[in-house]
This record gives sequence, structure tokens and C-alpha cells, in this order.
Amino acid sequence: MPTLISLKDGVYSLAEDPFTAVGDDEAVPPGDVIISLTRFQSEGEGLLGEGRSVGVRLESHEEVEALTYDLPQIAVVALAFPKFGDGRAYTGARLLRERFSFKGEVRAVGDVLREQAGFMVRCGFDAFEPADGSTVEVWERAAHRFRHAYQRSDDGRPAAFAERGE
Amino acid sequence: MYRYDAIDKDFLADRSAEFRGQVVRRLAGELNEEQFKPLRLRNGLYLQLHAYMLRIAIPYGAVNPTQLRKLAWISRTYDKGYGHFTTRTNLQLHWIKLADTPDILDHLASVDMHALQTSGNCIRNVSADPYAGATAEEIDDPRVWAEAIRQWSSVHPEFSWLPRKFKIAVTASPKDRTAAKTHDIGLHLKRARDGSLGFEVMVGGGLGRMPYIAQTVRQFLPATRLLSYLEAILRVYNRHGRRDNIHKARIKVLVAALGRDEFASQVEAEWEKSGTASDLPDTELARIRGAFAPKTFETLPAVSEVLEGARAKTPAFARFARNNLKPHKIAGYGIVEVSLKAIGATPGDATAEQMEVVADLAERYGQDDIRVTHEQNLVLPHVKLDDVPAVWAALDAAGLATPNMNLVSDIIACPGLDYCALANARAISVAQNIAEKFADPDLAEKVGELKIKISGCINACGHHHVGHIGILGVDKKGEEFYQLTLGGSGAEDAAVGTALGPALPYNRVADAVDTLVETYLRERHDGERFLDTFRRTGVAPFKEAVYADAD
Repeated sequence: MPTLISLKDGVYSLAEDPFTAVGDDEAVPPGDVIISLTRFQSEGEGLLGEGRSVGVRLESHEEVEALTYDLPQIAVVALAFPKFGDGRAYTGARLLRERFSFKGEVRAVGDVLREQAGFMVRCGFDAFEPADGSTVEVWERAAHRFRHAYQRSDDGRPAAFAERGE
Repeated sequence: MYRYDAIDKDFLADRSAEFRGQVVRRLAGELNEEQFKPLRLRNGLYLQLHAYMLRIAIPYGAVNPTQLRKLAWISRTYDKGYGHFTTRTNLQLHWIKLADTPDILDHLASVDMHALQTSGNCIRNVSADPYAGATAEEIDDPRVWAEAIRQWSSVHPEFSWLPRKFKIAVTASPKDRTAAKTHDIGLHLKRARDGSLGFEVMVGGGLGRMPYIAQTVRQFLPATRLLSYLEAILRVYNRHGRRDNIHKARIKVLVAALGRDEFASQVEAEWEKSGTASDLPDTELARIRGAFAPKTFETLPAVSEVLEGARAKTPAFARFARNNLKPHKIAGYGIVEVSLKAIGATPGDATAEQMEVVADLAERYGQDDIRVTHEQNLVLPHVKLDDVPAVWAALDAAGLATPNMNLVSDIIACPGLDYCALANARAISVAQNIAEKFADPDLAEKVGELKIKISGCINACGHHHVGHIGILGVDKKGEEFYQLTLGGSGAEDAAVGTALGPALPYNRVADAVDTLVETYLRERHDGERFLDTFRRTGVAPFKEAVYADAD
């Protein structure tokens, strides 16, 4: 079971993960699940009808636009980092938050290292499955190593130009 | 010049602390080399043939005397007492120890400098016209926008893990001194009929294995919308640029695959959806603009008697003034080009002592302003014409007054096989051989503008594709050979050169250049540069001359 770090209202904590990540060739267990986009497209409606929470995992080549219609029903969008240098999921997270006003959990899964923590938080991720053994403390420190940011972002911190305008 | 405020300084301190932690973890074995590599690259640190190389950012090529003295001190303290200015106006130190780098970054931060994003698959250090704020040609000061881009691109949350490196250049003059069209994005500041500022946006230029000249995707972008438009371009690229093949990952490949019009329409669609949220507020633009307010200039006569007297008396000075002194927008001032292309020296190299000489001159005569050019020279952009003879004398004593701007010996060359792990062949010594062939300054002046660019491998760091004469080192069964191309240009008339013929062995390259120049001198019409003659005649007479020699 990977570590799950959650960020809620500015507080980082170790979270119990209520979701089971289910592969395409596995039977769906009872309870809350995270499934692939393909599986969601064929089985999502049925699973949601059973009253459970459903999350969708998007691979880095899959676009968040594929989910727009269903977003209000989706509890978690897990964006995959196949390699930590693959930065497509940052765009996915930002679009979910800014363009589609997604209020559910945006989770970083895959090759998730503390070096990416700051970028992820600023793009609107609020749940992380670190692959490098990061503890909550290590993750939080890495995410806030910079006291300022030059760009506007989705974590509520003012950009440098806004700080200067104060 | 822009002065870093508390926010900019905190940002550099935090970045430096972050990298110190990463180096500690690497040295302790907590990070393996594969994990560490993208982190060190983002801080300018490469592993080369002999040692680590640190590439220090000089944003839009602007540096003040305090900073240049610090660079001199660092190169003396942590390296071998010299540095190499690059085609993207950075400074490379080639003999660095990993364990020293956190301290070096702290020293840099103490003078508002860094090595942020000088490598790696992210938005690189932005470049701009080295004559910014000094030339009468410019529409407005491009540094304002380059500084806005510097800030916006620093640790960008969404665009720091791109398919490949991403380079942006900003120019504001019809004469392009930034090689804008060889960049991923070239921005050309213009004024609309109503007087408003905007950019012609050119996308998808780049050299390397597959050279492309950037194409215009928007004729006029309102300047205040620059950052949101850049984000739209980057977003299309971040999502759709290829990540499966490093050689096809630059934005130029995406633009070529989609076609310019389709690419442009995807960008426009994304831009419309994104709105203005990423654009800088007017107050911030005004703050940055204020930092580049025109300097205080004295009212002086347009012609300096001191300068004219020195011209008449000293032929060597007259030659320097002819070639290295450029017109300034203010009467009585000039732009002085400091040559880092002494005959027989390594193009772009400067010793710590030379850096200090230039720093002193900028302080005494040059309004504390120094620029680095993409052609690997330095510029003192604001020198009183009366002071030019004194500046020349000091430069000459330091080996910095070679009167060869834009002439045959003003060669761009990459470090090549002497330093670089990627190179197939030497570049520096080829440049030296050619420069020595044209050491006679009368001959060089007679030949006129001729841009020779040399790369030691197909990655094209020496910009050979856009050289009037381009020279590419290749490996043929363990021997160094060189392919010549003619007719390229990285300026406003940008073009990729045409292959001359079969590659030549190392010892024939300088002779071949000599033959090309003789052919040009024979064929040229009045007022034609080498490039103009080539474009009129085509490759035939040049090819015939070079390969006839071979028989």
C-alpha cells in the first residue's frame, strides 16, 4: 500500500486511502475504487450506481477533457507520472482546477518524487503517492522550499507581482 | 538595469539552498546519478569529458561590473581562471567540482546571479538584443519584456518538465542581433499604427540535427498579453510535443508536423480559453519598465574631436573604430564591441583579468553596463565618443580590441572535442586556423561581413546551419572530417545553409575557407556581402573552386 499524503486547507497529513487502485484485468472489489479511463467509460456508470465513490486514473497521454462531462460524479482524478520528467500531468491538474472547476481530489501517482512537490501543489494537486519514501514532513518542506513564486497558481499563494502590489 | 528586490533575492537564496540539499543527498548516495541528473541540469551543471561544467545564466546578456568581477573571482577561485561566453549569452566554467557548486551558487546569488534553468528540459535563460537601450533602431526596450519572461519562466509550475529544452529571444530592432528565428520562440517587438506595442511571434526555430527557421504564428500580439500567449504556446507543446524520441521532441518538430496554420489555430484556441489571468498587471509592467528607464546622457556634439583626432593619428585605433564602434541613439555616444575573438584564441573565452578590465571600463566610462552577445563577444553599450580612445587603449592592452566584429575571424565555435563529451571533432582549433589565415586585418576588412560558425557535432551548438559559412565536425572512421555549408543566416534574413560537397579532412578546412573567400572576392558585385554573392550565384562557383583544388 503506497503512502498517501493529503493536503487539505493548507495542512499536510498522512491519509488512510479509502480507494483501491484496480487494474484493467482485475475484478472490481467492493468499496471505493480508482479505475482506468477505458474502464470508467464502459463500467463507470454502473459502479457509480452502486453508491460507491469512483476515481479515474489518467495516463500522461490521456487528456482531462475526456472526463469533463463526468467530473461532477468523480471523487478522484489520479494523474500518472510514468517518469518524473514527464510533465503533462501538470497541465492536466491545472485544467481540472481552473477550466473545469473540479473540486474533488487530484492525486499524483507513479514516479512521484519530492523534487516535484512544489510544482504539483502549485498546479492544484492535493494528494500525493510519493515513490521515494518521503514522509509528510519531508514532502511539506520540499513543497514549500520557495518563499515566493513568480506565477499565479492554484494553491492560493499570491504571485510575486501580487505581493509587490500590496 | 533591473535591480533584484527582496522577493527576487529570497527566490535565489531558496533555490541555492534547495540545490545544496540535493548535492548533499547525491554525495551521500541518497540520489543516484539518473535521479540527480535532471536536478543538476536545471542548475546549469553538466558532466563533461574532464569535469563538471557550470553554465551560469546571464539573463538577456546584461551584467554589471560587480557581477562581472564576481564571475572573474569565481572563475579564478573554483576554475582555471577563465570562462567561456556562449551563444545564448551565458558563461560556462569547464573545470568545476560538484562539491563546490552549492558555494558557487551562493556567491552568485550574493550578486543577484544564478545558474537557474541554463540546461534541462525547461524554459532556458531568455536572450535579448545586446544593443537594447542604446540603439536608435529599436522600437522600445526589449529588456522590459525579457525581464518579465525571466521571472515568469523561473520555476514555472506547469512548464518546468517539458519534452525538451525551450529557448526564447526578444528583439525590438529590424536588424536582429539575437538570432530570434533560430529559437523555439522569437519575439520581435513592433508598434502598431495606433502606436501600441506588440510582438510578432515566431515559433519553431531551432538548429540541432534538424534545422528549422521559426515561422510567424501571430503578426501582432498586444504586448500586455505576452505571458498568457506564451502559456498557450507552452501548453500546446507540453501536451502534444513528442516525448518518445529525444531527437524529435523540440517544438519545431510539432510545428512542422501540424503545419504552421494548424499549430497557430490550436494556440489561439487555447489562448482564448485561458483568458488574461496569466498576464502581468500594468503596475508590475510599469515597475519593470521603470528599471529600464533611459540613462542620463550628457548633451554632446555628434562628432567628437578627441575621437577624430585619435583616428587621424593612430591607424590601429581608426581600424578599431571602423569595425567595433557602433552608432548610439544619443549624439556623442557610441556602442563599443569588445572582441573575444583575438586571433589564435578560443572564441568566446575571457580570462578573469579580462573580465576585470571590462568591469573597470564599464564603471569608469560605460554607465556600469555590460552586455554579452550571442556571437560571443562583449559590449559596452554607452560610451562617450570622447572616451573611446581611452577605452580602446585599455582593451588593446588586455587583448580585447581585435578589430574584427562581423569579419571573417569573428567566428562562433562550440567547445568541441576539447571539452565536450558529445563532440565528434574539434571546433576551437579549426576556428583558430581560419582566424590565423585571415590575421591580416586589411584582408579581413576587404572581405567584409562574413559569419563563420563551427559545430563539433550535429547538435549544432556552434550554429553552423546559419553560418554564412557553416562548418560541422563529423567522425569518419575515427578521423575528424568537416562538412561545409554556405548561405545560412541567423539574422533577420534567416536561412539554413546549403551543403557545399563531400566533407573535408581537418587539415584542409582553413584552405577551403580561403578558397571560398577568393571565389567571393572574384565574383562579388559592388556592395555585396559574401552572403549576398552566394545567394545570387548559388553554390556552383564555390563548389567548383573548392573541389577543383582537391583534384
